[in-house]
Order: sequence, then C-alpha cells, then structure tokens
Amino acid sequence: MSLIKGETGDWEMVIGLEVHAQVISNAKLFSGASTAFGGEPNTQVSLVDAAFPGMLPVINRHCVEQAVKSGLGINAEINLVSVFDRKNYFYADLPAGYQISQYTRPIVGKGKLVIDLPDGSAREIGITRLHLEQDAGKSLHDQHPSQTYVDLNRAGVALMEIVSEPDLRSAEEAGAYLKKLRSILRYLGTCDGNMEEGSLRCDCNVSVRKPGGALGTRCEIKNVNSIRFVMQAIEHEARRQVAVIEEGGAIKQETRLFDSGRGVTRPMRSKEEAHDYRYFPDPDLLPLELDRTWVEEVRRGLPELPDAKKARFVAQYKLSPYEAGVLADEQASADYFETAAKGRDAKLACNWVMGDLFGALNKLGLDIVRSPVKAGQLGGLIDLIADNTISGRIAKDVFQEMLASGKSAAAIVEEKGLRQVTDRGAIEQAIDAILAKEPEKIAEYRAGKDKLLGYFVGQVMKATGGKANPGLVNQLLKKKLAG
Amino acid sequence: MSALTELGLAEARDGLRAKTFSARELAEAHIAAVEAARPLNAFLCETPEKARAMAAESDARLARGAARPLEGLPLAIKDLFCTENVPTTAGSRILEGFTPPYESTVTAHLWRDGAVMLGKANLDEFAMGSANVTSAFGPVENPWRRRGDNRPLVPGGSSGGSAAAVAARAALGATGTDTGGSIRQPASFCGIVGLKPTYGRCSRWGTVAFASSLDQAGPMTRSVKDAAIMLQSMAGYDPKDSTSAAVPVPDFEAALSGDIRGLKIGIPREYRIDGMPQEIEAVWQRGIDWLKDAGAVPVEVSLKLTKYALPAYYIIAPAEASSNLARYDGVRFGLRVPGESLDEMYEGTRAEGFGAEVRRRILIGTYVLSAGYYDAYYLKAQRVRALIARDFDEAFKSCDVLLTPTAPSAAFAIGEKSDDPIAMYLNDVFTVGVSLAGLPAISVPAGLSGDGLPLGLQLIGRAFDEETVLRAGTAIERAADFTAEPSFIAGRA
Amino acid sequence: MALDKAAVARIASLARIRMTEAEQVRIAGELAPILSWIEQLNEVDTSGVEPMASVVQMKLPMRDDKVDDGNIRDKLLANAPQEARGFFAVPKVVE
Repeated sequence: MSLIKGETGDWEMVIGLEVHAQVISNAKLFSGASTAFGGEPNTQVSLVDAAFPGMLPVINRHCVEQAVKSGLGINAEINLVSVFDRKNYFYADLPAGYQISQYTRPIVGKGKLVIDLPDGSAREIGITRLHLEQDAGKSLHDQHPSQTYVDLNRAGVALMEIVSEPDLRSAEEAGAYLKKLRSILRYLGTCDGNMEEGSLRCDCNVSVRKPGGALGTRCEIKNVNSIRFVMQAIEHEARRQVAVIEEGGAIKQETRLFDSGRGVTRPMRSKEEAHDYRYFPDPDLLPLELDRTWVEEVRRGLPELPDAKKARFVAQYKLSPYEAGVLADEQASADYFETAAKGRDAKLACNWVMGDLFGALNKLGLDIVRSPVKAGQLGGLIDLIADNTISGRIAKDVFQEMLASGKSAAAIVEEKGLRQVTDRGAIEQAIDAILAKEPEKIAEYRAGKDKLLGYFVGQVMKATGGKANPGLVNQLLKKKLAG
Repeated sequence: MSALTELGLAEARDGLRAKTFSARELAEAHIAAVEAARPLNAFLCETPEKARAMAAESDARLARGAARPLEGLPLAIKDLFCTENVPTTAGSRILEGFTPPYESTVTAHLWRDGAVMLGKANLDEFAMGSANVTSAFGPVENPWRRRGDNRPLVPGGSSGGSAAAVAARAALGATGTDTGGSIRQPASFCGIVGLKPTYGRCSRWGTVAFASSLDQAGPMTRSVKDAAIMLQSMAGYDPKDSTSAAVPVPDFEAALSGDIRGLKIGIPREYRIDGMPQEIEAVWQRGIDWLKDAGAVPVEVSLKLTKYALPAYYIIAPAEASSNLARYDGVRFGLRVPGESLDEMYEGTRAEGFGAEVRRRILIGTYVLSAGYYDAYYLKAQRVRALIARDFDEAFKSCDVLLTPTAPSAAFAIGEKSDDPIAMYLNDVFTVGVSLAGLPAISVPAGLSGDGLPLGLQLIGRAFDEETVLRAGTAIERAADFTAEPSFIAGRA
Repeated sequence: MALDKAAVARIASLARIRMTEAEQVRIAGELAPILSWIEQLNEVDTSGVEPMASVVQMKLPMRDDKVDDGNIRDKLLANAPQEARGFFAVPKVVE
C-alpha cells in the first residue's frame, strides 16, 4: 500500500488508466489508406478519411482480428456481437464531426492482467473493456501565428481503447501496468507500444481518498506519452489533490495536461463544456458478428505470452523470477535467450544476455533484433567457456570483438590465438620464470602475507597474455609457493 | 426536334438502335428542352458540352454495334449525387462551388451503361422537404397547373427538379433519392413514375447522405418500363458501401408482363385516413377495381402502427442527418464564413450555409440524441420502427403486394403549407412507413384530381421483390391509360 | 416537452450553428409543436422490442488489410477554402 502522508493523515490514490493503442495494420480501420508513420501531410488520406460528401466506412478485417487477439491476451471476454457507435463532437482534426467508436457494446469485455512490482510481488489488475475506434488527425498549432494546420494522415487509423478498472494504487503500479500491457501487445504483434511515436497513449484518471473512505472526485490527465511521465504525473496530481482538500478546497472534475518540463499538471485551456457526445449506432455499419469457432482459432494461434513464458523460464531454466521477468519482457529477448541457452548452462546464458549483451546493446542504442551478435553466436561463445577453451575473462574480450566484427567466437579465438593455456608444463614454466624474479615476495608470502597470491596470479596471467587457465595457475602456484 | 423529347426512354433506346435518329440529335433536342424549361428552375447546373461529348461517344458505339444498355439516353441527375468535376450542391449554399473529384456509384453505373448527362436537377436542400421549396437556389415549379388557375404549384420533394424535368419532357429520365417519399411523392405530384428500390439495392457511395438508414436512389421516368430499364443500370452490389446488399440484380425488364392473375393485393385499412380527400379515396378504389379486373385478388390487411410512422421518421431521419451534416464545417470544402476562432468559423459557416428547414432538422436531431433524451426519443423510435417493419412482414403473409395512394393530396401552390412544418410532414404519410421498413415501392400516375392535377397510386413489395412491384405497376399503368399532359412541356409553344 | 430559449442555445452550440437570441426564441417556438407531435410515440407499447439495428439482413462485410487508397492530396485540397503547404488551414485553436 503506497500512501501519501498529508497534514491530516494518510491518503490513498485511486488510479485508472485509459490506454489508446494504435493497431498494427497496413491500412486504416475503415479505409484503404496507409497507416505508415511520418508521411508527407495528407498523403495517406482517402476521401473516406477526409469525410467528403457521400463517403462510407468499410471495416478492415485484420484490425478486428488484432482487437480479438489483444482481448484474448488480457484474458478478456470476446463479445461475439458488438456495435459501432458514432461519438459526435466538433474539432479540426475530426473531419466527419464524429468519431466511429464503440460505446454500449464493445468488441471485448472484462479482462485482467498481472502486474509485476519491483519488490517481486504481483497484483491482478482488472480491465473493464477494450474497444475499436478511429484515431483523429493531427492539428499543428505552431506553424502559423493565426492558423492551425490540419494533417489527416492519422485520421482513421485503428485504435484499441483499453480501460482499466480503478484498481491501481500507486504511480509505481501504474508504471508496472503500462509495462505489462505494452509487453503483451508487443508479444501479440497488435501494437508496437511506442509511446514516443504516439502509438501508445495514456490518459490517467486520478483521485484520492482516506483509506477505506468513499471515492473522491477524479481528474483526467490526458495524453501522457511515456511511462516515466505517467508515473510523475500521477504522483504530482495525487499530491496536488491532497493539498487542495487539506486546504479546505474541493477537487473540480476536469481534464488536465501534464507539463513534463515543469513536472506539473494544469487544466486544459479549452472551453470546459460538458461533452454530450450523443452516441448512437452508426447507420452506415451493421453490428459486427464474430464466429465462435474463428475466435477459438485465434486463441489457439496466440504465442506464449509474457507471464506464461516467465513462469516456464523459472521452472525450466531455474532462473530467478527477476531474471525470468526481464528476459520475458520482450518476445525478442526471450527468443534470443532460449536460442543461446539451448543445450547449455542456462544460468551462464542468462548472465551473458542480461549483462554483457544488454549492456552492449544499450551503449550502441540497438534493439535486440539488430544485435550484431546473434543468439547462436553467443551460444558459440558460451560453448568455448564451458569446454575451457577460453576463460571467462578472455570471453569478454572475444565478445567485444564479436560485436565489432560480426565474426563467430571460434573464428576470433583462432585468429587471435586466444586459446586458453591449460598445458601444465607451460604454466609451470611461466610460474617458474616469475618466481625466479621475486625471492623477497616469496619469502613474505611464506611468512604469512597470503594476499600476495593474487599478485603472483596477476603476474602469471600477464606473462601468458591472459591465456593461462586461472584455476590451474592458482593451483600450481600454491603448490610451488608451498615449497 | 421536339418529337424526340416526347419519346419514352425505351422508345428512344429502340430508335437509336434502329438508327431512326442519332444520339447527337437526341442530345441536342434535350439540351434545347432543358434551356426551354428554365422557367421551372428544375436544373441547378446544365452540362450541354458534356452531353454532346457523351452523345458523340454513343454514336460511335452505336455505329459499330457496341451499344450499352442506356446508350445515348439523356438523363437529369438529382444534385445529391456527386458527379466528378461537375458542381454538386445538394441544393445548399454550404456546398456552393463544391466540385467533387469522384463519381457516385449510381451515376458511374449510368455512364458505364452509356447514358448522357444533361445536368444536375434541383432539389430540397439536403433532400429535406416535400415540395422542393427549401432549395437555396429557388423553388422548382411543377409543369402542371390547376385547371383555370395560374398559380405555380410545387412539384413535390425532395426530388422536385428531377420530377419536373421528366414531366416537362426535358429529360428521358432522372435519378432521384427517396428517404421518406422523396421519389414517390414528387412522381405523384408530377404525373410520372417514381420507384424507390429496396434499401441496399442501389449503392449510397458518393450520394450526399441525409439519413443513412433510409436513403435510397431510384429512377424517375414517364413509364414503368423506363423505370425498370434505369433501375437495371443503377442497381448492384457495391463493396464500398457496407449497407449494400450482396444480391444479384434480376432482369427487371422481364418483369413487365403485367400479368397479375392470382396476385394478392393487400389493402391496408389504416391508410384510409380521416378527412382523406374524396378524390384520393376514389382513385384508390379505381386502382383496386383495375387490379381485380386484371385477375388479382384484393385482400384487406392491417398495418396497425401506420400513424406512428411519421413521428418515428421525424425522429430517426433528423437524428441521422444531424450527424451526417456535421462534416459541413467550412474546413475542407464548400462555404467558409471566416471567424476569429475555430468554433466561430463553424458557427458562422453553418448558420449562413444551411437553410431554415435544414437547421430545424439538425436541431431536432441533435436534441433527440442528446443526453437524457436518447432513450425516450431515438431508441423509442427505433423500437417503433421494428414494430412497423414487423407489421409489413405480417401483412405480406397474406398478400404479395400492397396498394395505397401515394400522397394525401394533389400538388399544392408554392407558398401554401410552408408556415406549418407538420402540415408539410403530413405529405409523407403514405410513404414513410415503407422507408422505415426498407421495402421497394413505386408510384404510378393513376388519374386526375378535380383540378386536373395528377394523382398517383403506390405499390409496395417485399424486400428485393421489385419484380412483383413492377409487374403490378405495369398492370395499373395499362388500366389507368394516363395520357394527360402538363400545361408546360419544354419546347412546345 | 417544454423547450426554452436556453435549451435551444445549448443544442445550437452542440450543433455549432450560431443563433441570435431572437432566433433562439423563434426556433423554440417552431420546435415545440414538432416535439410534442413526436411525443405521440409514447402511445405505442414497445416493451420487449429491440430497437431496429438495420433493415439490412446481413453480416457486416469486411475488407482486406490492403493499402489501396490515399496519395490523392491534390484532389483532397482542391476544394479547400484555405490550405497551406499541403495542410488544411483553419483559425488557430488554443488548447
């Protein structure tokens, strides 16, 4: 339980999130225009998207399938009959003066997902519904002193609106919810979850109450575009509300924006009129009817989802829940790990992926799919460590070389002659050479300065160019030093 | 030349193929007739050059024996159909100057089949009206006048321009749209045939939307056969319209035998309205007798909720319209009245761009959908609609086609009834129920009123059974032998 | 159903149609009889009746996920009252 300590006592945050997830599809929800990001203004717009007189919508089958997949991924009921309603309001980036959405009968009903908290605990969060709707175009207010420029490229792109129950109780939980939802949608291939590009947007509903008390008035913070900002905005807003109430004021139900620069929420400046959207079933469309057998087919075709994969990683590879969680967060990393770990020491593979690989990818600013070192290649490196061809220390150097050159570990080890020296005779020779030059230190060691062993090991390693098997060096040195 | 404009569409088709005259001659005669008919204000936009070019193409095809179904036939197009590169106004200031970069599916079919475009016909603004007096570009005059009376009369609406053009022989046929009676009622007022097909029979793509669940395109012609020929081309499944019916188009011309022996004709008792003018009652009875004489069997049926069709329609249609017309906002096409802010621009544009009747209906529609009223009005009306459709289904268990009057009166004078919206709405009393149920119906001229004005009879069929409607319509047409002509015929002195 | 000037003002605002006060009063007068006329629907017993979804008796048709439209900017802008650099231009909105 994460409480805010106010002047008059503790306060509980009640948070619900409304996520708008752009559906991955080639064409828009009701037209054949492209959904590609970043096109020249108004080049990915059909007459239907621009709401010219006489234009009519026709629904994209793939978008329907994506919504069903997403619903199944959040353990939700799929409504075999759903209806498209018109949500009527006027705005420059809404050409028809209405948005085709779903109000009373959405395609997906109640669902749930499990959030993973940093302390290792998990909580189930309820989801109220998921429905399909059209995205609006873009209004640019900063291109001209007295005009707003409208680009309809995005108008009509399919969105899934996913509404959570107000079950979240902290900014941290909200962040975890978004992370998990994003992960699931990416696994399913139904949304790329890119908040910076706007393909995943989050509206936060925040209210506060005394623990066990009645629900407070909520405010909606619209269009927050990163998980970090969502957490900040919620934290700020909850505290703001506590302060207002404790000062004797009342929370005004309103829509607010998060100013990420200043870290505060502020009310939207537009006319605060009560929105009467006058929802009614779109007469240009018939009710959407899904076939039960088809839904089951879709269900059978779903990939193993993050939670199931994480559980399997713990059971099958004996990873810790934390490690499993990190690897399973993205399908690509999970697949990478499994390929690298196949027939090998899973723990070792896990360490290499989570440590060296992720570290390198971070530094290079690359996605795991664009990793210069492929999963099989990392496996090859692990094999060389496992059979003692190279030491762990040398392996790190080899790995850096693999990143730079794209060559296999074996090739690099051969080329650079990095094979570990395990020949006892050769090592003894090296040891003898070092010891011959250090009579004083030998005496000090024999007198009790045990720490000097490390010094001798270091010297032997240096002399052998790092290639001597450290274990053997240790063992043989000790013997020789013992006399 | 004027004789060419007095041919029926089918006759002209046959004459062209027999090379009795050329498509060019036919087009020129009609171009002259359109000009001569200007006093009626039936056309908003004349397209003589286009007509000539299309006629030339038709002559080339006729010469090489490659004639298409409507080759060379000059038609008027209601200005609600978007025609590529030809201004389309929907009878409204808000679309003044709008030139669509696309062609509606229905008109595309007509051009595909070789028809020739004479121009865009006047209409009630956004198809809202029953007298064609709400057009921003002036009312249309009915080519018919009352005997001994010089006052101009309304042609009916909303497809008033189409009806007047066809009645005045300025076009062989015209396209109309029917949402609550807008093809049938003007057809009745102008003494021509008007057919509203089953909802979904013709595509709505590219046709300016008024009430999406009710709008249907249909032909307006001087004979039932002509209507069958035009419908053949207009109809057909369109994947760009989600409400377009995926059913094959039958051979409508083959349904014109007029053989109705054994056909059961339903006579709905509730259509006998209190205070119905005697002459309407009389023409209805005559129609029943004609059909009986031709071997059909009249059967009394009940459409219990008839009187509620009008109020249900006047909730549903404005509601859908209020949403469909939101796109007319000055942003992407049409009129823009500048404003200091976006909302000011919207409000000024729509206040100036929309006429009084359209504004009224948008407000009603907005109101009945608004919070707190949706259940009581809109949902209630849709429930009543379901019951009305059920009424028709029930009736069709004991009959094959229904016969009713088309309108509760003959044409009235321009200016009459325009102060009283409800009186105007009552013009649609016999036609709206059919629209709510989505059924096909035809109006066939059946007789004259005491003043010498045309009176039409309506035949209503089962869904997608235009064939029976056409067959019975032919029988009425034969028996009525309606040869009366309007006082104004284009080109005649 | 009583429809006063304030209600008309609210609806006109929702519909983005400017109305002077005098017009609001006039419209309220015009709409009142129409609204009470449509109230007669309350005489119909509709208990247990589903609102009509559509007269069309078929399933919602679906299209393939193919890009076969768009790239018609010139056509889209041809009728625009005001455009700039490929955008539709409108009076500036302050958010």
